[in-house]
Amino acid sequence: MSATNTVSGMTAGRLGTQKLLHPSAQHPMLRLAVAVIILVVLVALPFVLAPYPLSLAGRALAFGLLVVSVDLLTGVMGMPTLGQVAYFGAGAYTAGLVGIHVSGSGLVQLAVGTLAGAALALVTGAVAVRTAGIVFLMITLAIGELAHISVGSLSVVGASNGLAGIPPVSVLPGGEPLIVPGYIYWWVLAVFVIGFVAATIVNRSPLGRSMRGVRDGELRLRALGQNTYSIKLIAYTIAGGVAGAAGTAWVAQTQFISPGDLGFDMAAFALLSVVLGGAGSLWGPVIGAGLVIFVRDWLGGYIEGRGTLLLGVVFVVAVYLLPRGVAGIKWRALRRKSSES
Amino acid sequence: MLAWFDANTATILNGLALGSVLFLIAVGLSLVFGTMDVLNLAHGAVSLMGAYVGVALYGAAPSTGMFLLAIAIAAGVGFASGGILAAMVSPVRNHLRQALLTLGMALIIAELLQEMFGADVRSVPVPEFLSSTVSMLGNPYPVYRLAMVAAGIVVAILLYIILERTRAGAIVRATVADRAMVEAIGIRTKVVLALVFGGGAALAAVGGLLAAPILGAQPGLDNQILLLALVIVVIGGLGSLRGALLGALVVGQVQTIGVSMVNEFASFLLFAALAAVLLFRPQGLLPARKGAHT
Repeated sequence: MSATNTVSGMTAGRLGTQKLLHPSAQHPMLRLAVAVIILVVLVALPFVLAPYPLSLAGRALAFGLLVVSVDLLTGVMGMPTLGQVAYFGAGAYTAGLVGIHVSGSGLVQLAVGTLAGAALALVTGAVAVRTAGIVFLMITLAIGELAHISVGSLSVVGASNGLAGIPPVSVLPGGEPLIVPGYIYWWVLAVFVIGFVAATIVNRSPLGRSMRGVRDGELRLRALGQNTYSIKLIAYTIAGGVAGAAGTAWVAQTQFISPGDLGFDMAAFALLSVVLGGAGSLWGPVIGAGLVIFVRDWLGGYIEGRGTLLLGVVFVVAVYLLPRGVAGIKWRALRRKSSES
Repeated sequence: MLAWFDANTATILNGLALGSVLFLIAVGLSLVFGTMDVLNLAHGAVSLMGAYVGVALYGAAPSTGMFLLAIAIAAGVGFASGGILAAMVSPVRNHLRQALLTLGMALIIAELLQEMFGADVRSVPVPEFLSSTVSMLGNPYPVYRLAMVAAGIVVAILLYIILERTRAGAIVRATVADRAMVEAIGIRTKVVLALVFGGGAALAAVGGLLAAPILGAQPGLDNQILLLALVIVVIGGLGSLRGALLGALVVGQVQTIGVSMVNEFASFLLFAALAAVLLFRPQGLLPARKGAHT
């Protein structure tokens, strides 16, 4: 085992120096153009899609933001997590409760839900980020499952029946509730864009650079005098906030949240999306998320709800067909891009 | 009848019984991690397979013979699935990808089980010859739960003897310590690791079977079992037999006392226990030394 560790350590170090330069620095204008085109397509979806596929697209966006949060930890910081569903749930349940009891405003729900996700992440992360690698994966799995079990037994939030009767959101406090499916979808899209932009800013900030430093050589970072514990905890808290925002988008779309929405499957699919889409680039995993929702809810509908089984197979196939691992996807794509130009 | 119980005695004994079957399940997870360096996220699913073996066999006829047959079949099914998982995982080197692979297998197994046995809770009866009660401190107590404790003790002693006192155990410990050296003296370590993986999975399946009369069998139980096993392994320390034993006893008590006292917050207690151990002993209470499993 020690031999392989050394080899992978060397590879990580060599790639690491390249990775510290952000890849998007190469073609900023091209990237911006692609982003604008995709955004226009996403905004136009309500004009071309029927209500059911549109609600599916809304759920995919909310799930996509959850995946962005997972990618911040797994891809950017190199700490694979199965626990972001806990903060997703914190955001979703908080938004739902606020919606029922306090305010129909989506903005208020977004703010409170994001804070709830970040606060829970701060508390639980204080323990979780003390570990690394596969033990971190175990702890985060435990956090996610405990959150899942907790909401399933807490009667305040409907226990295993879930939280129903959440009214449709309005944008401003006291405003008209959004009832038309297209408007709801646009609100979800707006939350997604806000969350995605925030994650991108974090990714390009000095903090993002430190996070990649943690991934590529935590010891070196510590030797340079950086406090890696607080870097990891801050990143974990921010990722928790992004997951919380994703949760608020999810309930805005579904107007319902149940323990099943933050189960083991959801955590597994979020991690799968990151791996499928290419860890570290924030865009890739979002596409992976769209793929996962498409397979589970759309394709699964045609084969009598066996979407989960199908995704299990996708998992296994992905592990074998991406022999260079998580980083391999990204590097192959990058090399192709540089050979084209 | 339960009303006659002196509440505390019963709770502690229940915790001991739960801890015993959790030990059977967690020790496999821990040993596979210790030897193969693989986190088997399909461990809970394998355990649920064992529970459904109970549903299929002595669920229909809770006789003594069926019970023994079910144990044998659960062990066989578990061993085979462990062997298959080991073969699938062995060409994959990266930790995250190994975890993803077993995660995918967990989803596949869980979906297939749901396909075969439905989404409802299936209760599993206590086998006939263990269905009586005995008097414990003046209170009647089910024999079956005492049998669970006995099973835990027997397996713990057997594992200790196998790992520490036999040639096979020496080979396993040597494989952990220095795989290349064991290969060099002509032992195929892949086979050794597959056998350990199979053994761990067999224990998980038997543990799931023994727990079935108490926990039942239903979709989702696999993840709860995996969660408890992970918490046990983290609390006890990775890769150590004693750690798994201590962790299982702690989690068994925290879980039963938590559910009986503050039902809605039992899972918070579990996290609190996990956090407390991680804060003060990040390596777990009784971590394995390299090459020593006890």
